[in-house]
Amino acid sequence: MSYSKPVFHHPNLTKNALGYTKKDYEGSLSTLCAGCGHDSISAAIVEACFELNIEPHRVAKLSGIGCSSKTPAYFLNNSHGFNSVHGRMPSIATGANLANRDLIYLGVSGDGDTAAIGMGQFCHVIRRNLNMIYVVMNNGCYGLTKGQDSATADKGSIAKAGNMNPFEGIDLCSLAIELGATFVAQSFSGDKSQLIPILQAAMSHKGFALVNVISPCVTFNNNNGSTKSYDYVREHNESMGRIDFVPIGEEITTQYADDEVKEVKFHDGSELLFHKLRKDFDPENKIEVINAIQNARSKNEILTGILYLDRHGVELNDLLNTTAVPLNQLTEKELCPGSSMLDEINQGYR
Amino acid sequence: MSGVNDFVIRFANVNGTGSASANFLFAKTVFRMGVPVVPKNIFPSNIQGLPTWYEVRVSEKGYLGRRDGIDFMVAINPQSFKKDVASVKSGGFFMYDSTKVLHEEFIRPDIHYIGVPMMEICNQEFTDARQRQLFKNIVYVGALASLLKLDFSVIEQLFAEQFKGKEKLIAPNIKALYLGADFISKNITSYPSFYVERRDLVGDRILVDGNTAAGLGAVYGGASVVSWYPITPSTSLVGAFEDFAKELRVDGETGKNNFSIVQAEDELAAIGMVMGASWNGARSFTATSGPGVSLMNEFLGLAYFSEVPIVLVDVQRAGPSTGMPTRTQQSDILEAAYASHGDTKHVLLFPSTPEECFHFMSEAFDLAEGLQTPVLMMSDLDLGMNDHMSAPFKWDDEKKYQRGKVLNAEELEKVKDWGRYKDVDEDGVPYRTLPGSHPTKGAYFTRGSSHDEYARYTEDSDTYVRIMERLVKKMETAKSKVPAPEIHDGGNAMGILYYGTSAHACEEAKDLLAEAGTKVDSMRIKAFPFNEEVRAFIERHDQVFVVEQNRDAQLRTLLINEMDLNPAKLTRVLHYDGTPISADVVLQGMLSNFKSQSH
Repeated sequence: MSYSKPVFHHPNLTKNALGYTKKDYEGSLSTLCAGCGHDSISAAIVEACFELNIEPHRVAKLSGIGCSSKTPAYFLNNSHGFNSVHGRMPSIATGANLANRDLIYLGVSGDGDTAAIGMGQFCHVIRRNLNMIYVVMNNGCYGLTKGQDSATADKGSIAKAGNMNPFEGIDLCSLAIELGATFVAQSFSGDKSQLIPILQAAMSHKGFALVNVISPCVTFNNNNGSTKSYDYVREHNESMGRIDFVPIGEEITTQYADDEVKEVKFHDGSELLFHKLRKDFDPENKIEVINAIQNARSKNEILTGILYLDRHGVELNDLLNTTAVPLNQLTEKELCPGSSMLDEINQGYR
Repeated sequence: MSGVNDFVIRFANVNGTGSASANFLFAKTVFRMGVPVVPKNIFPSNIQGLPTWYEVRVSEKGYLGRRDGIDFMVAINPQSFKKDVASVKSGGFFMYDSTKVLHEEFIRPDIHYIGVPMMEICNQEFTDARQRQLFKNIVYVGALASLLKLDFSVIEQLFAEQFKGKEKLIAPNIKALYLGADFISKNITSYPSFYVERRDLVGDRILVDGNTAAGLGAVYGGASVVSWYPITPSTSLVGAFEDFAKELRVDGETGKNNFSIVQAEDELAAIGMVMGASWNGARSFTATSGPGVSLMNEFLGLAYFSEVPIVLVDVQRAGPSTGMPTRTQQSDILEAAYASHGDTKHVLLFPSTPEECFHFMSEAFDLAEGLQTPVLMMSDLDLGMNDHMSAPFKWDDEKKYQRGKVLNAEELEKVKDWGRYKDVDEDGVPYRTLPGSHPTKGAYFTRGSSHDEYARYTEDSDTYVRIMERLVKKMETAKSKVPAPEIHDGGNAMGILYYGTSAHACEEAKDLLAEAGTKVDSMRIKAFPFNEEVRAFIERHDQVFVVEQNRDAQLRTLLINEMDLNPAKLTRVLHYDGTPISADVVLQGMLSNFKSQSH
């Protein structure tokens, strides 16, 4: 069931530049378990969209099947949503984007939906550099079917029932970079201050943006020995440094020394400030990024932050040389060549 | 009996040797001479080296189906000599490359042999190895042109059209043509009694394959997003769409495409993209064959239940699993009608000609959007990949696309209490909205899980039943929107019922029966769900022959299942060896099953 939240308008709610309150970005009441990491991510999405002054109805939210895929019901009630079939959200997102390139496509998926049944579509949507935000709510287990290991469960991680996962876990960030993703970030549902600017940057990026969020399952995978528990992730979280997102039109006010901050400008004019913790790390250098991720993995560290960024990638509609007008707005005039052309075509078959 | 403008010629070639264009040249020449022609390509699932056949029926009477019995065999492939010799009718002709002596085992006393030293001629006249091989094909066309009295000026004109822009190829082709013809006139004295004589029986008809027609129909029907995964025999349909779109759908000013085509990673993704695009308000389709439809079942169920329009073309091939990928059948009927788990049902269209492929394809989008449900056009390999003589394509410039019940921002302002799945008009078809239309109205959640009239998730039993019953009502509405059957009812006791590419053979069989003194009525079904006319026709007749190209009489099952008909009334006439059905098969199937002498 989905439950509507009680409608209560506080007279003094803060409005954003478009005049919307945060309430305008909220959804129905969550039916996930109390303390579920996914709810924190939903809240971060609401916050990010509010602050970015996005018109809610210009977002299309898409998902597959699973706990994570239920969440689009819990944010952006004024956006169209599409809860598709298991592992197939990327193809729905691709078709939707081809039909109307002007909307913001926010895909939400889980580790089962992405790394197991949906692995094929995940890989290919990345290859095509579809202009979308792809959020993985990654908890290493199948919550909705009561806690089986998923394909992102780390080798050696111990499940609630006590069994140890003998198989290699799939690292979605490394894979995405390998496949040509143009924006790859990793975060933790318990770190809102990092997750919100990451989501904002992902929404400003033109191209495929993966946001892999470790999001503990409080019911089935938050035990001792699990590498996706709140405690484990807090202890092993290795942040690449603070990120400030500066929306379009806003000034960067603070001065930084050159070697402390890397400034990155997006197509839409917004900017991103990377506060470097490590001087040897450049998020626009693929080789360095891959090395950093592999190093961290070998030390059981979870790197978080915007790990990789390629601002020069060409998104799918441009790759296909599609017209700037959304295809769903074309009419007979542009679409139908008419009867005299057809007579000419007939002549060719005589 | 075979005679002037009435014979069957078969070419036996090796795949990948360029024979296809030479064989088509033969067929097109007959067509240009105003004589009806029926070409069939019987080819292997192979790129190079395996046996391949091309059959041309020449029919003064204008029959468009196959006819059994081969009058003339052009045997170019020694691998298949044994089979090819055996398949010639007694008194028929067998032409072969006499550069090598024909082995004794291939000699039959009851047929005529015409040896043409094709390879020897080419080796003498051409130096390049590839040219020697290609012109061997033209040499036999030349020999045939002489034997069967083809009009050489027509062939020369066809060369000129084929090699437009590559004019230097024209002269050597003409040279090869006359090398073959001259050999015949100098060496052969006994000519076949059948040949081609110029007529004016073609009219304004065109010679084209169904996949090309359907691809063009999709352009005219306004499809702008196409996603597909390569599979024989549907691949050339998307290829045709792409070729036409590049010519007709590129913005003159910006050079940008008013369409997009994505080759997907598999059929699951192909139909997913189509569904995403349709949900978002673009006309979109995919083309596939049986194995692809199997994979697309999941999304077809989602589209049915969440009521998203989808257009899918199934160019059917033969067999379960991989089966015979380059052979034809009508064996996906039940799979398509009830695709996906749970209670589902889909609209099907059955084109019989390229003109119908064009027309149905362009109409399929109106139908899918009007009903908010998947529409599957059931073509087949014979229709899709073979050239058929067909009525020309027609388009009415006054026609507007019927986009169905979609509320825009202005309309949403006026509507009170909009619900995505409310049956406002009591026709089972609700009103939908597109993403991005209105800041505060019309947003909803599309889902494959059970939902109420406002698209909210529910497990309430009454609500589920209510929604499912409305979908039944929608299918009732569909009955009046799909193309009606074509019925010829002369008040006879027996009827023949057919669909798709079985039509041509059935129409001919009906004539043959009438010539023998038995008249039957006929009904060609063009769509599913079946409307009341279908039921009435069956109920009015004592016996109805249901002709199909599958083993299990799938349409017959569908008729019985959907309309509670008496199965005893419906007699199966089946052909499913992978070759297109012939009138002889239909006739035999009927004659051996006549129930009473009351006719």
